[in-house]
Amino acid sequence: MRLELRQITKRFGSFVANDAIDLVVEPGQIHALLGENGAGKSTLMNVLFGLYAADGGEILLDGQPVRFSGPGEAMAAGIGMVHQHFMLVPVFSVAENVAMGHEPAKALGLIDLPKSRALVKEISERFHFDVDPDAMVEDLPVGAQQRVEIIKALSRQAKILILDEPTAVLTPQETDELMAIMRQLKAAGTSIVFITHKLREVQAVADAITVIRLGKVVGSAAPTASQTELASLMVGRSVGLGVAKAPAEPGPKALEVSDLSLVEPSGLTSLDDVSFAVARGEILAVAGVQGNGQTELTQVLLGLRHPTAGSIRLDGRELAGLSVREVLDYGVGFVPEDRSKDGMVASFTIAENLVLDQVSAAPFSKAGALDIGAIADNASRQIEQFDVRTRGVDTPIGTLSGGNQQKVVLARELSRDLRLFIASQPTRGLDVGSIEFIHARIVEERDKGTPVVIVSTELDEVLALADRIAVMYRGRFTGIVPPDTPRDVLGLMMAGVPYEEALAEHKAHAATPGALAAGAAPAVPADPEEGARP
Amino acid sequence: MSTMTATAPAVPATPAAHHVAVPISWKAPVAYTVLAVGGLLGFGLSAEAGETSLISIATGAPGLGSPSFELPTLASVIVLGLIQLALAGWAWRRASQRAKAGIWLPAVFGVALVISFLLWAVAGRGYAIQFTSLLSGALFLSVPLVFGALAGCVCEHVGVINVAIEGQLLAGAFLAAVVGSATGNPWLGLICAPLAGALVGALLALFAVRYWVDHIIVGIVLNVLVTGLTSYLFSTVLSNNTAVFSNPTQLPRWPIPLLSQIPVLGPVLFDQNVLVYLMYIAVAAFHVMLFKSRWGLRMRACGEHPKAADTVGIKVNATRIRNTILGGAVAGLGGAYFTVAAGLAFGKEMSAGRGFIALAAMILGGWKPKGAILAALLFGFADNLQNALGVVGVAIPSQFMLMAPYLVTVFAVAGLVGRVRAPAAEGVAYKG
Repeated sequence: MRLELRQITKRFGSFVANDAIDLVVEPGQIHALLGENGAGKSTLMNVLFGLYAADGGEILLDGQPVRFSGPGEAMAAGIGMVHQHFMLVPVFSVAENVAMGHEPAKALGLIDLPKSRALVKEISERFHFDVDPDAMVEDLPVGAQQRVEIIKALSRQAKILILDEPTAVLTPQETDELMAIMRQLKAAGTSIVFITHKLREVQAVADAITVIRLGKVVGSAAPTASQTELASLMVGRSVGLGVAKAPAEPGPKALEVSDLSLVEPSGLTSLDDVSFAVARGEILAVAGVQGNGQTELTQVLLGLRHPTAGSIRLDGRELAGLSVREVLDYGVGFVPEDRSKDGMVASFTIAENLVLDQVSAAPFSKAGALDIGAIADNASRQIEQFDVRTRGVDTPIGTLSGGNQQKVVLARELSRDLRLFIASQPTRGLDVGSIEFIHARIVEERDKGTPVVIVSTELDEVLALADRIAVMYRGRFTGIVPPDTPRDVLGLMMAGVPYEEALAEHKAHAATPGALAAGAAPAVPADPEEGARP
Repeated sequence: MSTMTATAPAVPATPAAHHVAVPISWKAPVAYTVLAVGGLLGFGLSAEAGETSLISIATGAPGLGSPSFELPTLASVIVLGLIQLALAGWAWRRASQRAKAGIWLPAVFGVALVISFLLWAVAGRGYAIQFTSLLSGALFLSVPLVFGALAGCVCEHVGVINVAIEGQLLAGAFLAAVVGSATGNPWLGLICAPLAGALVGALLALFAVRYWVDHIIVGIVLNVLVTGLTSYLFSTVLSNNTAVFSNPTQLPRWPIPLLSQIPVLGPVLFDQNVLVYLMYIAVAAFHVMLFKSRWGLRMRACGEHPKAADTVGIKVNATRIRNTILGGAVAGLGGAYFTVAAGLAFGKEMSAGRGFIALAAMILGGWKPKGAILAALLFGFADNLQNALGVVGVAIPSQFMLMAPYLVTVFAVAGLVGRVRAPAAEGVAYKG
């Protein structure tokens, strides 16, 4: 099926998310829609899928203009979408999720479960998905959940499949598997719209590339275009890929974590005997697929939760068992993974957010009353130092862009003398400019001699920042490895394979260049371009 | 980056020698032991030697009548107490093995504790505990709770928190009484009760789904509204025309042939009026339909992950509105219990907080109709026990006995919340 979007425009209030966008997807083509976070890719696809009504323009399928008032109509017309946040009901089985909305039914409206099971089995076997129709979706790993989403779309005879940032939650190996599936679907005649901001993936799988910036199409490129070309097209200026960073000069060990364990009330072990040390002036990056205990690790380090066993010693003092206040006062700076929920109070001003954890004492309060002047001075100083783009320090932080919000959070945490700096997902969802800035600041903090722990699910970020990499899988460290460890070794470790085994497998693969992983992604460790991020 | 030669050698994690085990929770075995010892000492010590307790059981079987049994109080209480201690011991054992003790344990324990309490309460009084009527009364008292809890299940599974069950029960009771009285036909009253409940449900849906008002606030406001409105109509229209509007009518009792002859259980379960039979049907039907039908799947999708439902073409808000009205109708039908089923005229605030207990029954029952009916029976039993013991004249102040059902509610719900999961998107407006 040929899909054509003509002059699609979508506004939210005065903000133009899509500005007269043209896009043509040929039958059996993988068309990459490349753009930064917030460029308007997802909005465009939600318009196509009938979730948003367009303010202008038209959609043509095989030359016929169509108009969808809801996703139901879009699906009936042969459009399927795999959303970035999966549209699966966690407490339903795979078969129930796939059947939902067009259930085969018997008398009294009772669902014909054997029939929906058979449908799942049939599609699953056709594409070698290996999905059990009776498994509860919440029990499945993310990669499998994504395959359920694809089955869901295919079971409705989708001719055009939209994949919205499908690799954001996958390990590198799962990403390779997904790309193989995409090629398979393409061979079966399905057109695919592949939304992403990752250049490597675009180069590996796309037949055509359209780049969107600030709601407009800024160009198209062939898959042969270099990463630098694509990056500058996407960002609108030439970007240096990677962080300029001197070798670390690690000092004495500052943070020593030993045998740290955390057992949930449900009996699940979310931290399982984790031990590591971080030296002054060193960045330890914790890599891993989301949900493998990284969140719990940062919570325990900060004192939000108390470990079931183990110790956390920072400059000789035991932190396990201390309250969050005591940990912060001892000199731990923390950037939480969910900035908008845990890092700031959206309706407070920038000035207030800059002193959120410091208002109880001088210089920001005197005799129990806030010193407004000192808070304002501090704010003016910080927004200048951290290049926060805002109309004034009295602006509510919620009105800023994600990048500027994160700069405020970072400014607050780095404005004190720290014994330890922890940042979780420091650049999630940010634009390239902010990412560069924040990475530079983190390296600067390291060079001041602070031990730094970075938790990130983005391998690019881990490779850009780390002096050592700890890979986390199911609450354990699979290993702590040097920063020049090849990507696919890290990927295997993220799936639980121990370092030596992963390394052996990597060498075996390197010896047979025809292998899928090597062919799909130019992941050669010796390549200096590699490890660089857009 | 390649300039960053390893500052530290690769350290593969060594597999840990041990796993940290889950800390054992000793709460349950401690509670069982305390209750068992307390019951044994409390009931046992105060029983005098030679005292006996009478238990009467209506068998329902023709020719057998209602035989009474005389039990030696002290011996019986000791035997029951030892059973409880044995169960507590089992709970210790299971806890030390980190294993779950089945649901049968608290059930058997509770039954043993309640029986020893009953034996102690009637010891030496010459009155017999009417065991059968204790159970059938409990079933009857649980009727509005079951309908209310079913209404709660339907609404919460679709994503709407229904705190207005109380108001829906009261509205159902009112309309059933008035229509039944005006027409002289309790059946018409029974038919009208769900309409009144549905109307309250429609108001809940309007404000909660259409206008995104906080569900709990709307629910409370609706309760106050229905209470005020029915009280006003009661003191004006109903009181001025007692002959027309407050003339009680009652649904007839329909013993089911054969089934009602089953010993003990027959008279309890199958010698009731039609509302009770409707309740059996409703529980079974909702239990199957909620979890096995197209309707159930779609409506639960709206309560779990509305956006996912929307993306497969299910109209979330329309589904929510329809099912909130349906839930209201179910609660309204339950309201008929207070008037046409009990043979009473309407009285001010006659639902007396049953709607909230129904909500508790729903939570205790794990948002499932089958669980809800068990929880409702438990509450109904506690309620009826207080009636029955009041008649016997037990030495406990009646106010404490009146508290019993609510205490049971608080403990039962507190012990269970956290272990069962509410629908993920309940109370969250869908603004798709």
